[in-house]
Amino acid sequence: MAHILLRHRDIPDINRLDVYQKNGGFEAFKKAVTAMKPTEVTDVVKASGLRGRGGAGFPTGMKWSFIDNKNWPHYVVANADESEPGTFKDREIMESNPFQFLEGLAIASYAVGATAAYIYLRGEFWQVAAFLDERIADMEKAGLLGDKILGSDYSLKIFTHLGAGAYICGEETALLESIEGKRGQPRIRPPFPPAVGLYGKPTIVNNVETFTNVPPILVNGADWYKSLGTPDSAGVKIFSLSGRVKNPGNYELPFGVTFRKLVYEYGGGIIDDRPIKAIMPAGASSSLIVVDDKALDTPMDYASVRTIGGDLGSASVIVIDDTVSIDWVINKTIHFFKHESCGKCTPCREGNYWMLHMTERIHSGTGTQADVDLLLNVAKQMQGKCLCALGEFATMAVVTGIERFPQDFQKAVKA
Amino acid sequence: MSLAQKYPNEVNQIMAKYPPQHKRSAVMPLLYLAQREEGCVTKSALKDIAQMLEITETDVASIVGFYSLYHDQKAGKYRMQVCTDLPCALRGADRFLEELCGNLGIQVGETTADGLVTVEGVMCLAACDKAPMFQTQGPDGIRYHENMTVDKTLELIEALKKSGREVE
Repeated sequence: MAHILLRHRDIPDINRLDVYQKNGGFEAFKKAVTAMKPTEVTDVVKASGLRGRGGAGFPTGMKWSFIDNKNWPHYVVANADESEPGTFKDREIMESNPFQFLEGLAIASYAVGATAAYIYLRGEFWQVAAFLDERIADMEKAGLLGDKILGSDYSLKIFTHLGAGAYICGEETALLESIEGKRGQPRIRPPFPPAVGLYGKPTIVNNVETFTNVPPILVNGADWYKSLGTPDSAGVKIFSLSGRVKNPGNYELPFGVTFRKLVYEYGGGIIDDRPIKAIMPAGASSSLIVVDDKALDTPMDYASVRTIGGDLGSASVIVIDDTVSIDWVINKTIHFFKHESCGKCTPCREGNYWMLHMTERIHSGTGTQADVDLLLNVAKQMQGKCLCALGEFATMAVVTGIERFPQDFQKAVKA
Repeated sequence: MSLAQKYPNEVNQIMAKYPPQHKRSAVMPLLYLAQREEGCVTKSALKDIAQMLEITETDVASIVGFYSLYHDQKAGKYRMQVCTDLPCALRGADRFLEELCGNLGIQVGETTADGLVTVEGVMCLAACDKAPMFQTQGPDGIRYHENMTVDKTLELIEALKKSGREVE
């Protein structure tokens, strides 16, 4: 099947405006601004069943419909912070099929009446931002951005904004703080961004991949999109496959494909054909799933992954084989979360600090069973008490790792 | 010399991105500009940016302290930042970092004697399928180097030594 999102794999040079337009590019945007009311655009996206691709899976059209029309101006922000360990899909979209993403962003801006949109890229994507700036300039020259676009009354400008190395800025309210020139610390919600967002104005924040889905939905219709994937999870998803597999990479597949197919067919199986041990389906924020036949045959959609004790999240599938001990895995994930905790709320700031001490001790072989018990206790104490999801995420691998792989911890503290 | 005098075009472009009443938003791009040549944000740059945006020096310093790509200390001309997070580590990133440092005769976090390269271990860089990988942060901006080996990295360092610039 031809790709819907990663179209550069089928069409060479689609990152050039002329090539993109020759292949149907900007037809959807043209249709929206010249022949559709903003609310009609939102209705189509709502009917398509598209859910946010950043991890939370919130229905996109519904989010757009929450925009507060009593307070102006409105903003749209693309979350291109892509910082979850195991996630590397948005960068491929922006580098290789940038116009489809930019078109989706422009359509969303039209749908909610925003005349300025920002793309928040993690600072490490310095080259990607420079590349996007050139593409945005191409669009301005072609009359696809600027004043009175394509003969309509609609005007839009798109700007890039670089972060500077902070995982927390992937959280949408921290991201907005960062654009405002402040430290990237999450806001207390509610109010949510569609009511109070950037500069206190109604703002829609969506992930890069989410926007990239919008042009084909407008061209082909909501029913076409719903015919892909599963009833609970419509459409296609880019699965980022990493870890101990032979062929890591991005794979665009309909929701509902099994873990087995992703790992063994697309991923080519495990390095050295070792037995697979665990899967983290949503990057470092995941629960650790014990891999057995039932897990391998589970369809990858939001509802099904929950039945085996995990979450699909951003579909960043990290594969772990039998050469790896889980106490090392959680030492790695806690090292990450301790570094990335923004420090605003106490459970996350202190919890991660102390969890790192304990995972270091356990992994270095100087720990005791009491350390493992205390670690589990601290992680559970953090759950439900943090200001944003980062603190919750940090506990996922710890709790599931200790509860589902106790033998690895017994070995680590004995050795 | 202030940033506005030194880089008038860049500063104007940056300021134009944000609503005039919200010019504080320009603090992050201005900090990148400020550390372009020095490799770190100097005290005088802090003051300059604070005045330009009508915020306090403490506000600006809090941004430098919070975000890991801003530096208040000088290091090597190029910072070589190797991702050692879980997905990369599952594909040999820790061993790569250790061997690279061994070859350069430095510890992780240290700078080579000629002041050219500082090697650091950093958090996920969103290139998990192309490990081992690192980014270089230097006067030419930030660049990714993926599917690397120690030999390829040593060649890159030699090239940097000769040309003084990072070439594609």
